[in-house]
Amino acid sequence: MSHLLKYLGQGLAYALFAVVLGYFSTSPEYTHLPADSALVKLSFNHAAQRKKPCHERTDAELAKLAPNMRIRKDCPRERSDVVVELEMDGKQLYHVVLHPPGLSHDGAASIYRRLLVPAGTHRFTARLKDKEEGDFSFVREENITLAAGRVMVIDFKADVPGAPGFIFKN
Amino acid sequence: MRKYLQNLLLRLENVFNAPFGQALNPWYHLGAITFFLFWTVVVSGVYLYAFYRTGVEEAYQSVERLTHDQWYAGGVMRSLHRYASDGIVVTMLLHLLRNFITGRFHSFRWFSWVSGVLLVWLVYICGINGYWMVWDRLAQFIAVGTAEWFDWLPLFSQPLARNFLGQGDVNDRFFTLLSFAHITIPLVLLLFMWIHTKRMNNAETNPPLRLAVGTLLALLALSLIKPALSHAHADLALAPGVIRLDWFYLAPYPLLYIWSPGAVWALAGGITLLLLAVPWFLKPRMRPAVAEVHLDNCNGCSRCAEDCPYSAIVMRPRQDGRPYALQPVVDPNLCASCGICTGACPYSMPFRSNELVSGIELPDHALATLRVDVDHALAGLRGDVRVMVFGCDCAYDVRALQSEEVAALSLPCIGMLPPAFIDYVLRDTRVNGVMIAGCREGDCQYRLGIRWTKLRLARQRVPHLRRRVPLQRIECCWAGIQDGERARAALSALRARIAQLPQAAILEDDTREHEFKPGDKN
Ligand code: HEM
Ligand code: SF4
Ligand code: SF4
Repeated sequence: MSHLLKYLGQGLAYALFAVVLGYFSTSPEYTHLPADSALVKLSFNHAAQRKKPCHERTDAELAKLAPNMRIRKDCPRERSDVVVELEMDGKQLYHVVLHPPGLSHDGAASIYRRLLVPAGTHRFTARLKDKEEGDFSFVREENITLAAGRVMVIDFKADVPGAPGFIFKN
Repeated sequence: MRKYLQNLLLRLENVFNAPFGQALNPWYHLGAITFFLFWTVVVSGVYLYAFYRTGVEEAYQSVERLTHDQWYAGGVMRSLHRYASDGIVVTMLLHLLRNFITGRFHSFRWFSWVSGVLLVWLVYICGINGYWMVWDRLAQFIAVGTAEWFDWLPLFSQPLARNFLGQGDVNDRFFTLLSFAHITIPLVLLLFMWIHTKRMNNAETNPPLRLAVGTLLALLALSLIKPALSHAHADLALAPGVIRLDWFYLAPYPLLYIWSPGAVWALAGGITLLLLAVPWFLKPRMRPAVAEVHLDNCNGCSRCAEDCPYSAIVMRPRQDGRPYALQPVVDPNLCASCGICTGACPYSMPFRSNELVSGIELPDHALATLRVDVDHALAGLRGDVRVMVFGCDCAYDVRALQSEEVAALSLPCIGMLPPAFIDYVLRDTRVNGVMIAGCREGDCQYRLGIRWTKLRLARQRVPHLRRRVPLQRIECCWAGIQDGERARAALSALRARIAQLPQAAILEDDTREHEFKPGDKN
């Protein structure tokens, strides 16, 4: 092989290396979010109500306990499940029952869920129940216009004075 | 299956041998090129670091300024930084593939293999970490993706992805942390690269200069033609739509959404476990016997330890009462049974009239047996142009070259051949020429066999080939399993050359029995 051919061959090999690096470092393009869609992220932490309310121990009950455990107020630590529902335009988008974490099931339940929806105006209804008995304790319903590519975050805060419940952040 | 791949690889590598030559073939230097690319990343990274600002706004803006306001310096450095990082993935994965296909992963190589698998993870972590620092839409995509990926593991009391819900969730301190990680993790990578090669004697951590220059020029050209650019500034209220993904580092991310985070864990974990298991699942049933030391014939000169390619020999204080300071001790777990130590030992002297035992030998390839085989092969030769061929079990099978005028013997590695054996066969004009054959140069199965052989023949590394041996009667040929043509051509060239020379190979009247004296340097 002549010198010229050799250098040409080497150049070709280096060019191949560079082309592979140059091409795959940006191509092919990846479409993460299809055009005309938006993202709903349902995410919050929430500690549900205790399963059983606190009660005052009677003297007889106290006497049965070890001396260092004799506390008048008895609060069972276990919390209820948190039931969450999300509807869009009357159809259920998501439904989940969150169990309280922790060994004694007393922790705050948390959720993070991404839901792909078509862009446009929709009626969203979010419901949450965090106690054993009764119906949903928190409901929020709202018409929202989601631009394409938009991320709407649905948060929940029980400790906002005046307006506890769902927050739609668009 | 691996045999088939091996053939394919040898053919492919041969395509590169034509323009590069064996010594510069990039396929034989993939580990070293990876090292070189790493240093390129470090140097360009130091430049970028000087201009990088930590902060939600500043991070993106400082990278933009680097890219556009000083495209000729910062922009080129940024592109070099990116493309060299991409190059690391390419050369590293080819290096992995090549070691797999050539079966270089089991027995004494398990440590290199397993530490290599760890390097794959570290390289990926460094690269992904780097992409976060830009804080553009791509960074946002992988930040959220990584958080969603880790949230699949039951590790965190609340989802990590909650840290990337809205614009206010990411703060300046986060970028201080990221840039701290982007120095620390590459340092850990370097540490493990060092560990990866530490067990090898003379590990090639720098490629040949011309390969390094060529690689750098290619990356520079690419950086000028296609500078690395950012996406738009990250905005957590917007979901990244169409992304120009770096597939070398970020290919798993789309799978998070096409499949699921759990599936990506299964894939990553599965591949890792499979790779980690390879040295034990695919190892040959039998492992050849490892080198044995014969202290009666050892003066503790340390040459075997210096030449052992896998640092399997350590020199320890002498135990047998003989008046030498040291003795070699072989670690059987590290020994490759290549015999290179035998080739290095000054006691590997075929001229000795008494029993021939070297200071260090492979039990399955005793030197005494080699001498008997040589004598036997030479006794059968006829004709005027008689040649002895010494070959290597890992390379082209030289026994196919045998004829009335050509004798051939194969050794576990050509590095096992003590140079004195060349002298020995040329003595008394038993043959007129010697051919030394081994793997393709750069592709020595035991890394250093060819290198030491060449240096010993050039009288630049002990044990030297004796001065009285005329070099024009020796032909070296580096030919892989498939390279019969090259081997035959080399043999013909040698025979044509020695046909022109006088019959007697060793002209000096020095054919008397040669007794070895310790300290004999020649
Ligand atoms: C950052 C990535 C890596 C670098 C910089 C690197 C570098 C090197 C270097 C310099 C050598 C010595 C070559 C020689 O002198 O013969 C080597 C050997 C080796 N590497 Fe790597 N390596 C990397 C990743 C890997 C990976 C991912 C694997 C496989 C899982 C691997 C497996 C091996 C093996 C088995 C050897 C021994 C080869 C032999 O004994 O002939 N390496 N590596
Ligand atoms: S046979 Fe090879 S690996 Fe084993 S001790 Fe000798 S030189 Fe080292
Ligand atoms: S090369 Fe031979 S003499 Fe020297 S230390 Fe090794 S075994 Fe002993």
